[in-house]
Amino acid sequence: MAVTDQQRLSYIASQAADARLAVELQTEEMTLNLGPQHPATHGTLRIVAKLDGEQVVKADVICGYMHRGYEKLTEVRTYPQINTLINRIDWLSSFANEVPFILAAEDLMEIEAPPRAQWIRTLLFELSRIANITLFIGEMGVQLGAITPVFFAFRDREYVLNLIEEATGGRFHPNFDRIGGLKDDLPKGWIAETKQAMDRIRGYCDELENLLMGNEIFEARTRGVGVIPADVGLSYGLSGANIRASGVDWDLRRDAPSPLAWKELDWKVWTHPDGDSFARYWVRLQETREATKMVDQLLDGLPSGPIQAKVPRIIKVPAGEAWAHTENPLGEMGYYVVSQGGLGPFRVKIRSASFHNISIVPWLLKGVYVPDIITILSSLYFILGDIDR
Amino acid sequence: MSSADPAGGGTGSTTATEDRQQALLEDLTTRLGDAVVGSHIRSSDLWVRVRPDAWLRAARECKAMGFEYFCYLSGIDWLPHTWPNPKVIEGVLPDADDEAALPVDENAVEEVEVEEPAAGGGIVTGYAGGDTRFQVLARLYSTIRHIGVTLKADLDDVTPSIDSWTSEFPGADWCERETWEMYGFDFAGHPNLIKLYLPGEFEGFPMRKDFPLLAREVKPWPGLVDVEQFPASYKSDD
Amino acid sequence: MFAVEIPYWQLTILKTVIVLSIIPAAAVVLGYVFLLKMMAHMQSRMGPMEPGGFHGWFQLIGDGIKFIQKEDIIPGEADRRVFAMAPLVVLISTFLLYVVVPAGPRLVVQNLDVGIFYALAVSSLGVIGVLMAGWASANKFALLGSLRAAGQLIAYELPLVLAVVGVVIQANTMSLQGIVHAQADGAIFGLSWFGNPFILTQLVGFGIFLAAAQAELTQTPFDMPVAESELVAGYMTEYSGFRFLFFFMAEFGTAFALSAIAATLYFGGWYQPFFKTGIMADVMGPVVLGAKIMLIAFLIFWIRFTFPRFREDQLQAFAWKFLIPLSLINIMATAVFKVVL
Repeated sequence: MAVTDQQRLSYIASQAADARLAVELQTEEMTLNLGPQHPATHGTLRIVAKLDGEQVVKADVICGYMHRGYEKLTEVRTYPQINTLINRIDWLSSFANEVPFILAAEDLMEIEAPPRAQWIRTLLFELSRIANITLFIGEMGVQLGAITPVFFAFRDREYVLNLIEEATGGRFHPNFDRIGGLKDDLPKGWIAETKQAMDRIRGYCDELENLLMGNEIFEARTRGVGVIPADVGLSYGLSGANIRASGVDWDLRRDAPSPLAWKELDWKVWTHPDGDSFARYWVRLQETREATKMVDQLLDGLPSGPIQAKVPRIIKVPAGEAWAHTENPLGEMGYYVVSQGGLGPFRVKIRSASFHNISIVPWLLKGVYVPDIITILSSLYFILGDIDR
Repeated sequence: MSSADPAGGGTGSTTATEDRQQALLEDLTTRLGDAVVGSHIRSSDLWVRVRPDAWLRAARECKAMGFEYFCYLSGIDWLPHTWPNPKVIEGVLPDADDEAALPVDENAVEEVEVEEPAAGGGIVTGYAGGDTRFQVLARLYSTIRHIGVTLKADLDDVTPSIDSWTSEFPGADWCERETWEMYGFDFAGHPNLIKLYLPGEFEGFPMRKDFPLLAREVKPWPGLVDVEQFPASYKSDD
Repeated sequence: MFAVEIPYWQLTILKTVIVLSIIPAAAVVLGYVFLLKMMAHMQSRMGPMEPGGFHGWFQLIGDGIKFIQKEDIIPGEADRRVFAMAPLVVLISTFLLYVVVPAGPRLVVQNLDVGIFYALAVSSLGVIGVLMAGWASANKFALLGSLRAAGQLIAYELPLVLAVVGVVIQANTMSLQGIVHAQADGAIFGLSWFGNPFILTQLVGFGIFLAAAQAELTQTPFDMPVAESELVAGYMTEYSGFRFLFFFMAEFGTAFALSAIAATLYFGGWYQPFFKTGIMADVMGPVVLGAKIMLIAFLIFWIRFTFPRFREDQLQAFAWKFLIPLSLINIMATAVFKVVL
């Protein structure tokens, strides 16, 4: 991956900020406490920034204000109960949280869900991706001061949430995935409605492209801000659109073996070479549009058949260890499940995307101005429940 | 920007994946020599257990082999559960082995034979083996070769300590802080080993198996024990 | 005036009451029409619909009552007297702006010879209140916000004044009443029926004035002092209750006043071609001026709801590297045409 000039300049700027910290210039530094209650952190994330004027010299991220100890709680729950619990990790795309965990359990039990269930899983997965990222696309505008996009986002996201609600019964926390299949089949008339909603979302993407992409102020605020070189991003564990915006052509939907239906669709992995906030926004916007096309294809090719494989009534998972990961809206989400043959797992390590995406923030914030903190935080896109688990 | 490759690494090619994992394991073994003390290959992943003193070297070698994506780092405590496992609560849950007690379910198939965990509080470790109670585990991935490896290392029971990975993978910083506060593992060479999630004055290591989960002490199994019957299921003469 | 001679002291009280009532009225009208309705419809939502029955017209008045009921909280670390005074200082600067704006041939509180000069001078008084608020709040967000406001004011007061210089050259006077008359009596390309609104000749100046006014009002894209995603609410962070209401009224009152000044400078103020003098001009004047104000306020708020905000350094660069050179060129061109024609 070629390092662009912008990346080099950003690196030099951060080095300079390091040097300034060491030399201790005469100017008085001010410590600014962003959060835990602050509009930019949409949740209870806290950033302690040492400022020289309006320039950040050093920034620390303090999280854990919403830590719920899910990894401990999973050890005292059965598998179906955990499914309800992990809905609350990334609450904007809850269904996508369930899938890798169920896949890990199915891997251990050596069960495979029937094809129709896999396709509907993929369908709901992509719908929850759309529900999640449309909000980001609008949210980024409001963080930069343009309040209109976020209302458009809420307007059109509503249709997707309605679809998820019609199919699963839950708007935010569907709890719909089951080991060996799904709880229910799709309702009648759902396919036509979904196609209409996907048209609407594509219209929304075009609208946002018109509103923000060509806007000089938006470009001035995002281009060259928060540049992440590919190798640095990888070593920090960045995943998803954040790393694809740095030019890494890697998408688990395409690159990892998975029983879900992504391999049978015709779609594209979008990357951007710049690695700045604009690139991250651009990649996410393209991914939303790509997801709507994937949903259309999934609706057309939906196979018939049962939606539930034969599983024992009381689910006991044989002893063993399994790792399952999927490309969630925020990045790679994985579950490392250790079973010792009980009704519940022995240990579950939850690898959530935002936790790693945000861990780069102290490195990234060196030398930027206060408004850029907001740009960088919102372009990295985190859900607090996904950091604090 | 490249288009999706429908042929690459499909679900059916389990054996091909296992072959690649085998090759990778051999490569790792030649690089790390006798530091590799255990390994396991299963369709979803490759597990390699290294000697604790080779933990940092393993990271370096893996990075040199192209595993530049840091996935996660965490710990595990192999001490068996201290709270009652639901299946031993008599009379509350229909006994899973007693098929007759279950409502008839046409989807039910022959239950998978499950190995009972060793009785008597013995430690049963997972894939790639293990000699001690604590293990640290981490996963690395190559975004070019599309293959990952889970590394494990044993830690001492009394003073668990291991080298920090922060020099190789800065992303390990937060993971090691979390593992330190949750398990009490010490990471030598970590620049800033402070609490990540827990409040500063918190005592104990909550993810250790012997750390009591108070909610469970008070009320052993909400959801399984305390399920109220639906009104309709009460008989009229009750 | 009005054939009946009113004693001076009564007239003064009457004028004061009218101007004092204009500010909340302006805040309610602008807030309702643009904030609650236009912005809502631009963003595909309804805005408040319930209070008062018809499209929620009572909402802002209800909000005002709520603000007055609230406890007046002053932070423990704050400089109490300065903290309490700051909203009043901001409000007074808004109040003083209305003194010179003419609404008809005889409807002006005080027709000063240096009217526009006076108006621009008092409009920048407000930033003293903002600095007081930011400093006295003992809050870092408030401090950063007020310092940004001060830096922004210095940068944008200049293009504002320089843009007005073009109008002053063309009108040969600094009196706002005189500028209206200059536009009413002027002619362009031999057509004198609708006079010569300076928007036609000073289009560039109008653009600069609008951009600079946007910055004076701390409206998006120049709203760094109150940037809600960075500085919570900037210098207003620690304010609540009626003191916050004062800031709110001052913001919208100033928007109304600057729109009125822009309407006077570029759109001919109260002038319409049908009634040039007499009692009808005085009756029609406020209506015509009001319509022109709403047109300009619409532009200001439209921009506010559409654009993201600049970063502080980009804002300064925009003022010093673009607006100020452009306004200097505008003055030069105006002066050359003035001499030649």
